Amino acid sequence: MLHTLSASELGRMIAAGETTSVEVTRVFLDRIQQYNDTLNAFLHVDREGALEVAAAVDARLAAGEQLGPLAGVPIGVKDNFCTTDQPTTCGSRMLEGWVPPYDSTVVARLREAGLVIVGKTNMDEFAMGSSTETSAFGPTRNPWDTDRIPGGSGGGSAAAVAAHLVPIALGSDTGGSIRQPAAVTGTVGIKPTYGGVSRYGVVAMASSLDQPGPCARTAEDAALLHQVIGGYDPMDATSLHLDVDGLAEAARATSLEGLRVGIVEEFTGEGFEEGVQARFDEAVALLEELGATVTRVSCPAFHYSMAAYYLIQPAELSSNLARFDGMRYGLRSGDDGTRSAEEVMSASRGDGFGKEAKRRIIIGTYALSAGYADQYYGQAQKVRTLIARDFEAAFEQCDVLISPTTTTVAFRFGERSEDPVAMYMSDLCTTPSNLAGNASASFPIGLSEGLPVGLQVIAPVGEDVRLYRVGGAIEHALEARWGGALLEQAPELKQKGA
Amino acid sequence: MAVTPDDIARLAGLARLRLSEQECAELAPEIGVILESMRRVQEVAGDDVPLTTHAVPRTNVFRDDVVRPSLTPKEALSGAPASEDGRFRVPAILGED
Repeated sequence: MLHTLSASELGRMIAAGETTSVEVTRVFLDRIQQYNDTLNAFLHVDREGALEVAAAVDARLAAGEQLGPLAGVPIGVKDNFCTTDQPTTCGSRMLEGWVPPYDSTVVARLREAGLVIVGKTNMDEFAMGSSTETSAFGPTRNPWDTDRIPGGSGGGSAAAVAAHLVPIALGSDTGGSIRQPAAVTGTVGIKPTYGGVSRYGVVAMASSLDQPGPCARTAEDAALLHQVIGGYDPMDATSLHLDVDGLAEAARATSLEGLRVGIVEEFTGEGFEEGVQARFDEAVALLEELGATVTRVSCPAFHYSMAAYYLIQPAELSSNLARFDGMRYGLRSGDDGTRSAEEVMSASRGDGFGKEAKRRIIIGTYALSAGYADQYYGQAQKVRTLIARDFEAAFEQCDVLISPTTTTVAFRFGERSEDPVAMYMSDLCTTPSNLAGNASASFPIGLSEGLPVGLQVIAPVGEDVRLYRVGGAIEHALEARWGGALLEQAPELKQKGA
Repeated sequence: MAVTPDDIARLAGLARLRLSEQECAELAPEIGVILESMRRVQEVAGDDVPLTTHAVPRTNVFRDDVVRPSLTPKEALSGAPASEDGRFRVPAILGED
């Protein structure tokens, strides 16, 4: 059962010659073939290309070359990372079939480290959404219950990892797009410190908030992937010189002795589903058992985080999406020789963007327009300052902060898609970290009514290592309690039509 | 707050986004509700609070001024909806009224 092994174990076995990358890659490609019709987690699969890369890694290892710990391990890449050998659609008609002329830095680093990119994963259009329902190519289904959403925007990566279609995947998190899908699929999702992982070649949504990061089944796997993709990149002017060594080591922690944990008061109790709150309370008790001291901290500005986020993000998005004008790449509509460039641009954008993209372009344009910019965009940026101050004060007393990642377990398709504000509430607990740029993660802590619940852990800027320490320690303790990984409790996936 | 279909049409014009009359009519109440719930940002943060544009600010990020490989014209044009003589072909820009 190679597909149930962790990425670190697979990497070790490949390096030791106990198996080959080709064999491992084939196992996962076969699972994708079997289950992708059910889940729609992948928008594109490159079987031939993946097997070629795997064979090349095997040849290098056979020749005695020393490669990294994840060499030969298959990976899924969210469809907003530019890849020169596979389409990059961002889940949008606007970019259907588009193959970028360059690789994102993160993808280039995967290739250098010998990882095998098997395909591109589904996402909400241009990463706008919490359910993958805005993908132009149909939603991804949650492997725990295929009538329910896998979270978003990175639902494809999370579902693929949860269903063992790949051992690890890449995501990007602007307001929770790695963490919320991780929470509702029972997987691990890390949003590194802003600037910790390069954004070069990641199709921009909201540039001051976007942050690529790992999706995995274990804290250690996420850490190993973080070590491959993280670190300074001169191609990203917001990139930081952060040390990524030691993350995997931290994920092997079994004790939290001396760690000061703060419960974010604003994100507990009222408004949280009973089962979610119960698993969270149990996780708090577990943290104490592991040696941590737990207190409660108040971050009053977090009440305004959602509102600030849903102004800043559409504002940045509306200007970032201006590049899709049908002139240099992407969809062009209505160019029949009689229309002006401006008319063709408007038509291309009208045809290429889906409803949520249009909604947010309008909100962003409004929030930035003359007469309203101070009241909306400006005020939101002030709230951003207040949120950063709340974090600063909280981190004076605590090493990490915690909350449930989401207020509910995975909801059903259609439940929130007609009510934008209800959909935006999916990001309630996750947006403050994007606004403040700190490191934040979601780790599985159990089930409520048969569906996964996630624990959000937040660490100060540059202290990503603390996420892995906490995540690793609770994972080891919970797996001992459960007698195995949480995902082993997931119902058996059915093949479509079978 | 009331957002009218005409407001939506005006904003769509600013964003170079073609919307049908029906789309404008549908979006108007939705955008109104969304903006109403986001107005909360006006309740806090007075004049004394500075703006944050970037969470982890950096200043003066330079790189050495050296020649390095870049896309070839062929690569740059690889995704173009239309091209001609090694250039992007676009609809008429001049001569509009």
